[in-house]
Amino acid sequence: MEQPNLEYINQLARGNESIKNELIDVIKTEFPEEKQEYLESFQKQEYKKIEENVHRLKHKISILGLEKSYEIANKYEHNLRESSIEGAKEFDDILQVISAYIETI
Amino acid sequence: MNCIIIDDEKMARVILKTLCDEVNSLNVVDQFSNAMQAIKFLNSNEVDLIFLDIHMPDFNGLDFIQTLKNPPKIILTTSDPKFAIEAFEYDFIVDYLLKPLELNRFKKAIVKAEKKEISSSEIVKEAPKTKDIDNDFYVNIDRRLIKIDLPSIYLIEAKGDYIKIKTDDKEYTVHSTLKKIEDKLPASLFLKIHRSYIINIKKIIDIEDNSVLIKKDVIPVSRSKRPELMKRLDLL
Repeated sequence: MEQPNLEYINQLARGNESIKNELIDVIKTEFPEEKQEYLESFQKQEYKKIEENVHRLKHKISILGLEKSYEIANKYEHNLRESSIEGAKEFDDILQVISAYIETI
Repeated sequence: MNCIIIDDEKMARVILKTLCDEVNSLNVVDQFSNAMQAIKFLNSNEVDLIFLDIHMPDFNGLDFIQTLKNPPKIILTTSDPKFAIEAFEYDFIVDYLLKPLELNRFKKAIVKAEKKEISSSEIVKEAPKTKDIDNDFYVNIDRRLIKIDLPSIYLIEAKGDYIKIKTDDKEYTVHSTLKKIEDKLPASLFLKIHRSYIINIKKIIDIEDNSVLIKKDVIPVSRSKRPELMKRLDLL
């Protein structure tokens, strides 16, 4: 499975460590919250809410340079619009990879 | 250009602010995590440019656009281009940026915003007084005066600082109050049956104890309004 990276964040920060740290801080705070919200919505099987949660998480996936995972999330979001949870397992795997990664940055 | 950022996601707001700081001509005056906060801000402040996320829960970017009386230039930010395309019917939408945002593409959008003149030279601030109050009236939506055929209205609903006007084939969200519109409506046709609802009494399908069915909407009737409603109906 592809691994997250900070390429985009580095590009954006352009060598400014304070900007880089701010962006990393936000991702480290916001991602676990969004993941938790997603898991709760999933448990309740609230498709509309799950779709919203996936949409927000998708942005984090793209920021961490996970291009293939982004496509998986896109398809999953589309499936949720049709009230299908096809792709949930793959999406969970992506969340696990990101969770592990942000512990290291 | 003074600008504001509207996005429910903090990461997106921080990224936008970082990009704005790279452009000397931009001054971020405020940031909002939801559109309602931004509407309140814009009620008493003017800006030149809004960075607007389309996909937000409850009140999304497109809903927000509908509420603007005098829209400044807007740059949409989104992960889904199809939503942005829908918004391009508005001439004040300058560009849309796909997330994750990238500096060079961002700068191009700013150049477009600086060049873009809103096509209409005059912004209409007030809807004119209606001439033929019995048949139609005009509402101001996105700097366009739109004629609404009065008999086609079946429901008007108060939504905070806005009202939603539902007609046989369309819905309009207008920055106004129920009181203001009530004064423009012919009393022979319309009745306020609740503090948040005015209905066209000719469109009622059925009435229960404390509600009316009008089209597909079930609307509550205030206890104090029920006698007047019953008086207005042609009962056998």
